[in-house]
Amino acid sequence: MTDIVKNQELVEIPEVVQTSGDVRRSRIIGFVLLAIAAVVLGVFSFGVPSDATSTFNLSLPTDTIQGVSVSFNSRLFSGVAAVLIFALGVDRLRAKNLRWTNAALGVGLLLFVLAFLAWASADSSFSMVGMLRSTVISSIVITLGALTGLVGERSGVINIGIEGQLLSAAFVAVVLSSAFGTWAGVGGALVIGALLGALLAWLAIRFRVDQIIAGVVINILALGLTSFLASRVLSEAQDLNAPARITSWRIPVLADIPVIGPMFFDHTFFVYATFLLVFALHFGLFRTRWGLRVRSVGEHPKAADTLGIDVIKTRYRAVISAGLIAGFGGAFLALAQISRFEENMTGGIGFIGLAAMIFGRWMPFGALAAGLVFGFSGALAQKVAILGTGIPSEFMLMLPYVATVIVVAGLVGGARPPAADGQPYIKQ
Amino acid sequence: MSLELSGITKRFPGVVANDDVSLSLAPGEVVALLGENGAGKSTLMNILYGLYTADEGTIKVDGEELVFDSSADAIAAGIGMVHQHFMLVPVFTVTENVVLGLEPTTVGGVIDRDQARKTVMEISERYNLAVDPDALIENISVGVQQRVEIIKVLDREARFVVFDEPTAVLTPQEVDDFFGIVEGLKADGKGIVFITHKLGEAIDVADRIVVMRSGKTVAEVLPQDVTQQDLADLMVGRPVDLKVPKAEANPGEVVLSVQDLEVLDDRNVKAVDKVSFEVRAGEIVGVAGVQGNGQTELIEGITGLSEVVGGKVTIAGKEVTSASPRELHSMGVSHIPEDRQESGLVLNFTVTENMVLDSYYEEPYSKGIVMDWEYTRESAKRLVEQYDVRTPGTEVAVSTLSGGNQQKVIVAREFDRDVQLVIAAQPTRGIDVGSIEYIHSQIVAKRDAGAAVLVVSSELDEVRALSDRIIVLFHGKVAGEFGPDAAVTDIGLAMLGSGQ
Amino acid sequence: MSEQQNWVNRATGVGTSVARSLLLPTLALITALVIGAVIIAFSDVDNLQLLGTDTGQALSNMWSEVVDSYAALFRGSIGSVNSISETLFAATPLLLAGLGVALGFQAGLFNIGAQGQMLMGSILAAYVGIYLTAPAFLHIPLTLAAGIIGGLIWGGLTGLLKARTGAHEVITTIMFNFIALFFVQWILTTEGLQDPGRNNPVSAAIQETAQLPKLFGEEYRVTIGFLIALLAVAGVHWLLYRSSPGFEFRAVGSNPHAGSYAGMKVALVITAVMAIAGGLAGAAGANQLMGLDPYKATPSLAGAVGFDAITVALLGRSNPVGVMWAALLFGALTAGGREMQGAAQVPIDLVVVLQALIVIFVAAPGMIRAIWRVKADDDSAATQVTTSWGA
Repeated sequence: MTDIVKNQELVEIPEVVQTSGDVRRSRIIGFVLLAIAAVVLGVFSFGVPSDATSTFNLSLPTDTIQGVSVSFNSRLFSGVAAVLIFALGVDRLRAKNLRWTNAALGVGLLLFVLAFLAWASADSSFSMVGMLRSTVISSIVITLGALTGLVGERSGVINIGIEGQLLSAAFVAVVLSSAFGTWAGVGGALVIGALLGALLAWLAIRFRVDQIIAGVVINILALGLTSFLASRVLSEAQDLNAPARITSWRIPVLADIPVIGPMFFDHTFFVYATFLLVFALHFGLFRTRWGLRVRSVGEHPKAADTLGIDVIKTRYRAVISAGLIAGFGGAFLALAQISRFEENMTGGIGFIGLAAMIFGRWMPFGALAAGLVFGFSGALAQKVAILGTGIPSEFMLMLPYVATVIVVAGLVGGARPPAADGQPYIKQ
Repeated sequence: MSLELSGITKRFPGVVANDDVSLSLAPGEVVALLGENGAGKSTLMNILYGLYTADEGTIKVDGEELVFDSSADAIAAGIGMVHQHFMLVPVFTVTENVVLGLEPTTVGGVIDRDQARKTVMEISERYNLAVDPDALIENISVGVQQRVEIIKVLDREARFVVFDEPTAVLTPQEVDDFFGIVEGLKADGKGIVFITHKLGEAIDVADRIVVMRSGKTVAEVLPQDVTQQDLADLMVGRPVDLKVPKAEANPGEVVLSVQDLEVLDDRNVKAVDKVSFEVRAGEIVGVAGVQGNGQTELIEGITGLSEVVGGKVTIAGKEVTSASPRELHSMGVSHIPEDRQESGLVLNFTVTENMVLDSYYEEPYSKGIVMDWEYTRESAKRLVEQYDVRTPGTEVAVSTLSGGNQQKVIVAREFDRDVQLVIAAQPTRGIDVGSIEYIHSQIVAKRDAGAAVLVVSSELDEVRALSDRIIVLFHGKVAGEFGPDAAVTDIGLAMLGSGQ
Repeated sequence: MSEQQNWVNRATGVGTSVARSLLLPTLALITALVIGAVIIAFSDVDNLQLLGTDTGQALSNMWSEVVDSYAALFRGSIGSVNSISETLFAATPLLLAGLGVALGFQAGLFNIGAQGQMLMGSILAAYVGIYLTAPAFLHIPLTLAAGIIGGLIWGGLTGLLKARTGAHEVITTIMFNFIALFFVQWILTTEGLQDPGRNNPVSAAIQETAQLPKLFGEEYRVTIGFLIALLAVAGVHWLLYRSSPGFEFRAVGSNPHAGSYAGMKVALVITAVMAIAGGLAGAAGANQLMGLDPYKATPSLAGAVGFDAITVALLGRSNPVGVMWAALLFGALTAGGREMQGAAQVPIDLVVVLQALIVIFVAAPGMIRAIWRVKADDDSAATQVTTSWGA
């Protein structure tokens, strides 16, 4: 080495001045946690008789191993939760170890939810495992929607047409499955998802239509066409709206494990495929040539171009293959979850998928985690309605959206999208 | 082994960027391509690198005529390019950036990370380009980023390397490192094109200097045969008078006073560190320094655009630390922003609208919240006349004007009122010589009318020509203060941080 | 291009700039109608089955079905006084909400939240409409104002979020739509607002004094809401092009950086624009409550107006007058679509498809130019509004 470079520092992490923002955020979350602790103590703990017992059922009637459950004193449980949340809040107020702010909030919210369930099921029991199982099921479409958006956005194309892709795929899946069988339905759904992805890419890349506009239009087009065809064709040919129900693939042994079994190992193939897809996409994005190139055109397309990577082609491929994922999600919704087509049957789940993508910070496992969290809030909403707690279930249904607003507002750590997300690439 | 561009012509709507340009390059040779901004240097190199397609002309490598449809073709022909704005993905590691596009893979397209890292380390060691292969680009300095760019080029086995304005963003020490690297590449038999508009660098580094002006090659000279003044004349086409005609300054009361100012940049790093100086009425104070030493943040701190974390700014005795741009405007502060297209103008607005961009809300341009467009239009017509803005009319989008005329629109807007302080950042960057002279004369006229003037420029010549007093910024600190007649070498030393 | 100097240019006598700017939307409409015709023709199950056995008959059936449908569409939109009333009636909320979206575009903001802003406006308006007792000349403006305030707050909140935290308005407005929907579903079941005797989310009817008077007499549905919407067109036009805040809105919309250098408060502009845009959508929500029998607020009161407002703003190129024509066109399609559904048994959803197609063609003028081989004005001003989420 020459003298010139020998003593150079190679990595200069610039001396970042501690921003007041991080400290303030920690303090705000500290106060939020204290407030939560107060609610948990005042409402959930002292809101039940001192001798009330809550029981969480951990097995389903269909399980091999029956009668697994946990029972505990409701007031004591919530009291302990309140103390823990209080401690977390006090810790945040000291504004040390700022990296743990989000984790503290997460743990605090989890304890809050558990205390809430203990309160709601005081002197009764409720099927914890049932709720967890429906969490997993309702997370699938959300996760697949999020993955659709994620692959597109990683390549620099914003996709808010996920809703339309899911809806169209659901329609095609129902019609083809009714006419030619399940696999034809799934295949058709994949194709239509990819076609709408191609339309989005074509509008966004070839015609440089604003990507948000392109997505909005795809949603409207999909809603209009499927509703039109549903009332003109399906209402006359009703046998086209009767797909065969898809059976579960119960995995031997694993499905017999209490809690875990019914949650993860007794589902249709869609569910297993989704989990595999999350792993595959993570590996693909961060370990393979394909992923490196997709991310490079989403972050700095010009740099990729100067290295001979075809930005346009890479984006087309990414958005179209993302469409396959949406198609798969639509097929799951129509064939496994609902088993028929109804007008606007997606009802905004594509947008929850979009929210999950952001909440999961453009990472496949993040998307899955967000899908599970949002699925849980949906399942919780159902439970709340059944348990008759007096808390409107609408507020539970709002949670995914509120959570996403909180994330994009940077209150829970900033989410950083790919740098060239949404920007058309213009080559001279 | 040689590279030859001949008869290259490239037309863009309204301009001929390259007009029958020819250039040749042999292995182990360093050619400096010299020219003003807009002379067509970058266009030529983008054609060579396959990013643009030439309308006419040929590219020959080793005597074989080639057509480059994309940079992939150019890379395959052994051509590499280090762009002025680095083509690096900030969130990727050094290794990922280097191998992107020719990733070593194992089965199924999985990247062979060990092989990739080994490739980087091999080149790094062979050419003394020290880098950390696993560091993220966004965490390393500009000088190291440039090394990554060079490794990228070498990894693609380039035999001809184009550097586009390689020293513009480097600190003086990094510039020295860079020249060492160029020597090493040359010794290895690489042919090098070095695009610059800095005369001294061209003479120091090149074996041959090609001068471009308005899209044409106007001269090809050997460095030992020319002086800087010769090259300057060739670049602009007529003998340039770098002196600005002006009378002796007659400083009055202190107008702007900056004390221990501290400003953060957008990465929350302290970019201005306890800077203090004063500007009096009737004098021009110039701020010199290598780009990126805190000049931008200094201006933004004074003008209320960036958060000030320490120190104090007063104007005419009144404290205005972190005052809003509008408060400053109402106190008679003019601000010519350093990037006219990004911060100075709304490009799709008309000339008229841009003329009132910072005064639209006050009389006589509006009454209450009602705009008086009739008056505003008349006033714009008058200003266009008065400030020699060449435009087909006042109701055309300002984007259709040339750079020099866009800058004149800003000057007209900022100068056509009672002004006690002028803050001009890079007031003549990238505009034609005629406009430069005009704008310089307007700035001097403001001084003579009694305004205090603060000029920031990365062109030391401009600072010296305009200023009555010069302060030099280095790493966010004042590294020296000089009179108008100080020797260039002294100022230069201060810019390198080794003055005092 | 030039050797094929086409029949369209000659046929339409294009040359004047007004005609040129109308050429593109006109061709977009025609193209959409052609595609719509194909969809009508090939979605009739009976005719499709006939196609194999008696092709001629099938094609003739298809042709007459298309002709019948479009005749009904035309008749239902401008064929009679009632049709015109229906067109204006359908155009009113589109126009109000579309102006809001257009205003956002002008300031560089993509407001997808008209839907939620309408809902929130309608709720506040419902309270005033139900509980206030006042003569009509006071009750109507106050109820309308309540609607505007409801939307204003809801839109302003997303503006404030963007201004304070940088949260992208596309995301927040989408999320706020859903939050508003669930909120409205809940609040419409609360005592005091819910229609007594109902257990689904429906409000009680507002008082008669808060209902908008009919414009053409009792037998036609169009109300003075349409006149209010026209006033809003003039108001937004004045705001954008004649006032200093409008100058700021447009400057910040085109180049926020230059705006802040020139002393404009970008954060304030963002908040103000989103609030005003929300207010206009809120007015649309109030209109749906005050001008539509049975004068009750429901979660589905906004229909798809909030999303159609985006297409209306795009088609009108974010210009208030353009938005007016676009709203009238979509209003006509909606009114005609109802007639088409009734008379020709073609589902009204076709109209949604037509709208989507029209916007695709207008947003991608290159497509229309390629199809019709014309040189239409390349004024793609509003088609690039969004940058990165993070921006």
